[in-house]
Amino acid sequence: MRGVGEHYRIIHANRLSRIGFWIIVGFLTVAVFAPWIAPHGPWEMLFVDGRIASLRPPSWAFPVGTTHLGYDLFSQLVLATRTTVIIGGVSGLISILIGANIGLIAGYYGGKIDEILMRFTDILYGMPFLPFIIVLIALFGRKLEYVILAIVLIIWRTSARVIRAQTISIRQRQFITAAKARGCSDLRIIYRHILPNVLPLLLLYASFNIAWSIITEASASFLGFGDGETISWGGMLYELWLSGKTRVAWWWFAAPSICIVLLVTSLVFVSRAYEEVANPRLRKR
Amino acid sequence: MALFELKNVNRHFEIRPGLVSRVLHRHPTRWIKAVEALNLTLEEDEVLGIAGESGCGKSTTCMMIAGLAPPTAGEIHYRGKRVDNLEGEALRRHRRHVQMIFQDPYESLNPRFRVFDIVAEGPRAMALWPERGIGTRVADILFAVGLEPGKYNARFPHELSGGERQRVGIASALVMEPETVIADEPLSMLDVSIRAGILDLLRGLAQERHFSCIYVSHDLSILGNIADRLLVMYLGQAVEIGPLKQVIRAPKHPYTRALIGAVPVPDPRYRRPIPRISGDIARPIDPPPGCRFAPRCPYADASCRKTFLGLDTSDPLHHQAACHRLEQITDDDI
Repeated sequence: MRGVGEHYRIIHANRLSRIGFWIIVGFLTVAVFAPWIAPHGPWEMLFVDGRIASLRPPSWAFPVGTTHLGYDLFSQLVLATRTTVIIGGVSGLISILIGANIGLIAGYYGGKIDEILMRFTDILYGMPFLPFIIVLIALFGRKLEYVILAIVLIIWRTSARVIRAQTISIRQRQFITAAKARGCSDLRIIYRHILPNVLPLLLLYASFNIAWSIITEASASFLGFGDGETISWGGMLYELWLSGKTRVAWWWFAAPSICIVLLVTSLVFVSRAYEEVANPRLRKR
Repeated sequence: MALFELKNVNRHFEIRPGLVSRVLHRHPTRWIKAVEALNLTLEEDEVLGIAGESGCGKSTTCMMIAGLAPPTAGEIHYRGKRVDNLEGEALRRHRRHVQMIFQDPYESLNPRFRVFDIVAEGPRAMALWPERGIGTRVADILFAVGLEPGKYNARFPHELSGGERQRVGIASALVMEPETVIADEPLSMLDVSIRAGILDLLRGLAQERHFSCIYVSHDLSILGNIADRLLVMYLGQAVEIGPLKQVIRAPKHPYTRALIGAVPVPDPRYRRPIPRISGDIARPIDPPPGCRFAPRCPYADASCRKTFLGLDTSDPLHHQAACHRLEQITDDDI
């Protein structure tokens, strides 16, 4: 219903979301071209004058410094961006897909279906977020797919609730009765008549879900429950913790943290633009 | 054969108190009797007006005929076939024959659809014609309701005026080529200055395209302009039915007499007789048996409070009122 141009306009109407949008585009570019940007491998021991380049602060040779084992942090950071974007994108999108469908179906049909789906959602609300994910990863194994699966399994709950509430309010409007009178089937009403009307909210929660997935992945990796084979920002912090150099190597600590904060904040900024569309009262007067 | 026949149709809504008040306070379940014991026929090519105050069951009746809300008791027949118990696909197919024009043109159009898609939605949903055929029919019907297709096709509802929106609403109902059109107060949300235009349009289309029409309004002067027959409802009960002129000129039921007596007369010296009815309209929650107008009626006696006389629909042209005491009503008092 809305063209790409309109989304561009929505995002650009707000200064913060414009900044956020370009930061995200920057991270996406880095993620796509990561192997060509990174000068070294993530776990490639580097030597300077025949000695391990251990714990070097940022310099021209090592823009973000090195770890105690002589790994180039800049390369790690660039390659980890790809992991983060994949995890954030995939789990964010799958979770919004699940959340939206459960919300739409529960809200539209109501009654028993609503009751069952929402009590199921409530049970998920009873789960403590991080411990649940840690247990799942411990059960499944420390692999990227399982990390994504664990995040998806829990993160859809909020979007389902919100989409359900919005669906209920739209379902009662007269154009839905009109669609029914014109002979539209239930599925057609849900996906053709209601969905476009919850779309701003959907996009808002899509960016929330992506942001939450990134934070969750970072937290799980930091606690040592990430994929050990793939470098990630949380994993970098985990290695820092294991090395015991937290107090010494400020650059090691700062680089992945800044990246996490920057990307998540950008997502929240972009979501603010959609929040204004979903809730016009937030607009500047 | 009548197009639609409603036989003793009821629509009751349950008000269930919460579990706590049911168990602790023994509050019983109460019932809103929105429509009760309604008998009605709709003939082909006629315009039936339904008049009554808010909450008298007009809209509920429309929803039942349109197949959007099943009656809780009674039967609805369409061309001799029972339709009130249809479900799923059969119900969806049936809905094509009876289309609704809604009251609020600001609410009844999907804000995310363009005019063309709004009108094309019904035929597309039912796969009535191939896409190209739908395109020409949509253009035809938009033209027929006075909207130039080339100019309006790509517009969104918020870019239209109230009158234009209602024309789109009419087009999206008529494009289905229905045999019955139910217009539920289609003018009430519109500016007075454009009402006449829409009314003329509707009347013209009904003659041109041969559909019968149920026109609901609380405004007798509008009904006087469009209807062939008139049904008057009060609090869920049909109180009077007959050919329009007879009902307007010689109302029988005390309620109809008061209603018609309340129509404004454009003569400043005219002093209207004050109707002898008293009190306010009640709420249709757990109403007593009998005529619901009885508590306000000057003629009511014990029999009125005991039983309600249903209308007999065997002869559509028969002017009749659901009243026990027609003989006692004299012409000099209203």
